Amino acid sequence: MPGVTASEAQRWTENRATSGLRLPRLAELWRYRELVYFLALRDVKARYKQTALGLGWAVLQPLVGVAVVTLVFRRLAHVPSDGIPYPVFALTGFLVWNYFAGIVGDATDSVVANAPLVTKVYLPRLAAPVSAVLPALVSLVPGIFVLVALMLAEGVVPGIALVALPLCALGLLATAVGMGLLLAALNVRYRDVGGALGTLIQLWLLASPVAYPTSLLGPSWQWAYAINPMAGVIDAFRWSVLGAPRPGADIVVSAVVALLLLVGGLLYFEHQERRFADVI
Amino acid sequence: MNAIEIRELSKRYALGERRGASGTLVETLSDLTGRIRRRERGRLPGEIWSLRDIDLDVAAGDTLGVIGRNGAGKTTLLKVVARITEPTTGVSRTRGQIGALLEVGTGFHPELTGRENVYLNGAILGMRRREVDRKLDEIVEFAGVAPFMDTPVKRFSSGMYLRLAFAIAACLDADILAVDEVLAVGDTEFQRRCLGRMESMRSEGRTVVFVSHDLDAVTRLCSRVLWLDGGRIKQIGPSDHVVSAYLASGRTFAARQVFAEDRTRPVSVLGVAVLDSSGNPTEVLDRDAPVTFEVRFVVRERVPALDMTVLVHNLRGVRVLDEAWSESAPARAREAIGEYVARIVVPPILAPGEYVAGLWLGTPFESMFYEDDLLRFRLQGDANGRANRIAQLGVPWDVRPVAGAALAEGG
Repeated sequence: MPGVTASEAQRWTENRATSGLRLPRLAELWRYRELVYFLALRDVKARYKQTALGLGWAVLQPLVGVAVVTLVFRRLAHVPSDGIPYPVFALTGFLVWNYFAGIVGDATDSVVANAPLVTKVYLPRLAAPVSAVLPALVSLVPGIFVLVALMLAEGVVPGIALVALPLCALGLLATAVGMGLLLAALNVRYRDVGGALGTLIQLWLLASPVAYPTSLLGPSWQWAYAINPMAGVIDAFRWSVLGAPRPGADIVVSAVVALLLLVGGLLYFEHQERRFADVI
Repeated sequence: MNAIEIRELSKRYALGERRGASGTLVETLSDLTGRIRRRERGRLPGEIWSLRDIDLDVAAGDTLGVIGRNGAGKTTLLKVVARITEPTTGVSRTRGQIGALLEVGTGFHPELTGRENVYLNGAILGMRRREVDRKLDEIVEFAGVAPFMDTPVKRFSSGMYLRLAFAIAACLDADILAVDEVLAVGDTEFQRRCLGRMESMRSEGRTVVFVSHDLDAVTRLCSRVLWLDGGRIKQIGPSDHVVSAYLASGRTFAARQVFAEDRTRPVSVLGVAVLDSSGNPTEVLDRDAPVTFEVRFVVRERVPALDMTVLVHNLRGVRVLDEAWSESAPARAREAIGEYVARIVVPPILAPGEYVAGLWLGTPFESMFYEDDLLRFRLQGDANGRANRIAQLGVPWDVRPVAGAALAEGG
């Protein structure tokens, strides 16, 4: 039999009960990277297929947001903006925030929305929340063009700090994916998470320097404020892209919290994953 | 050499666990405090062993059929073999790449085109894009949907949809294929293709584990059959042997089954019965009179293209009746909300003997109710000394001399 020698080389795969903490199987996720891409592609196509404005929403949403906060925070409340033209300052905050909120929202839903896949096929379930990183990108890109146009109009030019942009993006992704993994796993057990998410994101938005600068708080408060990793992330983006003042040492607090969130999210998701197919 | 080895495997589900959507945080908290108060931490209120002490070897290249009543653990066994869920105790080992086909078209998205779905579904089944590229022509040809590959699948007919979905799974290069009840849906042409493809997988030397209520297909396709009963192995051996033992087993004659209504489901079956010519449920019927099958069901949500069929097997596992509702009523006449009594009257065509009747109810895409062994009855009558036939129609011979062909007598 010619087939026998070939299959003798094949390794046994075991399925047995596991307990305790489990390392996330990142190598397997990498093997399934095309699945991550196709899941994201499906979500993007499904989302924009029946809309009249399509990507127009991605431009309109941050513009309306910036117009409203400019009116309220700048004209009425005279909120400072670290010497940067307020619309540019606010739009940067909004773009970063919307991308973050988009990832967290999509990731939270991802496992439950893919329930048929979880219960009918073997695949690394990590692929579902991780794929949430991509669809939100579609609405981010047009927003970036709007920001560049606004920066040109206002004469804001980035300095050498622009090279740190990938680092800022890493901080953002760590926070968003960590949070998304945590909520996605919780959402499988408790569908309350979906309902609470909107409120959580809204409160978190107010607690982040999106429409106001961190410098508005006194120096003694800034350490505590940095526990919110999005504070550090948004400040870092403004420093890198707009040439805002360099973030202080408290950014280390934000970075550490972001990293803890990512590792904690991965471990918790992996811990819960073994029961997804039974519980969902 | 084995492709699958299962040792002392058990799988437990907490009762109600599968209905995760209803488990809210508040419920869990109150449950937890209640448990602490009763000092019963760790013991769940109710649990069910879906599989118990399973030991099983499947040789490479073997085709194993898995049969048993609903709730016997057939699907759980596939899920453990395919690593979709972990066992509670014991171990399942598989050699080589494993493909699970628990449902046709898992992950298909109605808004995406045929081509996009092929790539998405391929990725879900663990195929690389280059692999799908290479097999695209084969898939399209097998499915016979070439002109529609750039049309969203929501505009596909159910037949096209199923053929495309199955075509992707069929070209999967898995060493082990775990298949659950895919033959319950689709038209005859689709089922014929599925069976043909599974047959060729067998000849290619792949290992197939095949769960089905279609005892006829199991007997034809599988060399060995595993019969699960209440999560345990009842019998394993040559197909015809196990299938006839299964059919001859357990339940005594039953002319009627009644089910509690499940209000969470769009359609639920309330009861099934076999009736004599005066309309009474009867286990022993007259072979020379019509036999009536009655199904009571409730449709709570509109289900497009709802269909059902009563499946009757003889004790050799041959399917003798399979009359679908869709054969006599158009789709739009089969979707209204309400409670129904459905009857089908079968003229006296079956030979005397014992029969097992089951019911399938669902759509071209999904099975909502499927049980092969609900009713058992005997047709009493005279076989006229010919016991091996399935149909006994009583159609007379017409024999007459051919005019003008008179043979000379004696030569």
